Amino acid sequence: MRNDLILRVVAKLLIPFILLFAVYVQFHGDFGPGGGFQAGVIFAAGIVLHALIFGLDRTKTFLPEPWVESIMALGVLLYVGVGLAGIILGGNFLDFFVLDADSITGQHRGIFWIEIGVALTVAGVMLKIFYMFAARGPIDE
Amino acid sequence: MESLIIIALMVMMLVAVWLIIQSRNLFGVVVLSGVYSFLMATVLFALDAADVAMTEAAVGAGLSTVLLLGALYLCKSEEGKPLHRPWFPLALSVALTLTLMAGTVGLPFFSDPMAVIHQHVVPRYINDMPAEIDVPNIVTAVLASYRSFDTLGETTVVFTAGAGVIALLRRRRNGVTNAK
Amino acid sequence: MTTLAGSFTYLVTFLLMMAGFFIIIARGNLIKKLIGLGIFQSSVYLLYVGPAKIVGGTAPILAAGFTVYSNPLPHVLILTAIVVGVATLALGLALVVLIRESYGTIEEDDILKLDILPEPETEQA
Repeated sequence: MRNDLILRVVAKLLIPFILLFAVYVQFHGDFGPGGGFQAGVIFAAGIVLHALIFGLDRTKTFLPEPWVESIMALGVLLYVGVGLAGIILGGNFLDFFVLDADSITGQHRGIFWIEIGVALTVAGVMLKIFYMFAARGPIDE
Repeated sequence: MESLIIIALMVMMLVAVWLIIQSRNLFGVVVLSGVYSFLMATVLFALDAADVAMTEAAVGAGLSTVLLLGALYLCKSEEGKPLHRPWFPLALSVALTLTLMAGTVGLPFFSDPMAVIHQHVVPRYINDMPAEIDVPNIVTAVLASYRSFDTLGETTVVFTAGAGVIALLRRRRNGVTNAK
Repeated sequence: MTTLAGSFTYLVTFLLMMAGFFIIIARGNLIKKLIGLGIFQSSVYLLYVGPAKIVGGTAPILAAGFTVYSNPLPHVLILTAIVVGVATLALGLALVVLIRESYGTIEEDDILKLDILPEPETEQA
């Protein structure tokens, strides 16, 4: 599909906006529909579009597999880390009101970081699954 | 007007599912499942579930279709003619559905503000949320703060699925690689 | 009209559940079975989100001018269910790919025919 002019041009126009939309949905999850899951899936969809049009090898040059695997684990670690920060600062596991002197700011901070953790894990897992399916050649009959 | 739209969309969903059952061309079945997911997302949005609709559209119509097409490319098959008559499975499905319908006699009427699910915990979430968390999206507040244990479990499930797919598909068959 | 839409929602939920279950047990192709499982799961989404709607209310996002909001709790549960559903689908498809490489087919009847093991020769302990 790399040689098809229309597909290439449209993909080059759309992919930056898809990735930007993913970041928008992530950070506006507090004020409108959105949040970590949707943002992770939309980000993965943008990268999948790039891989479909330009080839998996070119996508792997800027998003290699070890990075994707690390992002997968980093999201869960970040989530649990925020929970443990609640214990360290004096509350229970996943208490957010202790994260700041003002309890509402503490809640905002906690929600912000765990949504980023969720988005990282979901994006990493969806991308990794796509990489594994796309890289496995079909068996010859 | 809104009810008419919901009814029309649901009829289209039933038509799509009927075509999925009948069709034996697997590529068409995968595309129809993407169509079905989009219609489901629109119905969910008409039912005022904005977050759920966005997730269903992105996950069901986007990523599921890509994964199914990837697996279909690796499997390369059409569905064979069914060997058995479908009467027994059809009878079993109808019996199951009638049993479930008998069990839903006590379900609340559609859009009843006095239904049980609107009592107990939910008024506390909606009314106390501005004072405790002050995040306009109530679904995000419940998901991330009031019920963050469940979200931790869900994130772990997603991670486990990724780890499982890595464990299953890691070894590459000798000598056969994707030419692209 | 709203009660008609409401009862129709329940009816469609059960029809979709029936159709998904029928595909799982009546069709032999493994990929089609997974799609049937997805249809079954999505009928449950309708079952949860339907009663949460309040006619005259709005989506559960606090905004000036609205006092009645739809119930946010089923939305939270179904968000989790959707993501878990795609995780299940991905694992199922990985298994289907492996089955295809082992048996050469993804039709359930052919796999069962190929899978008949010889009788064990050794004595039971």
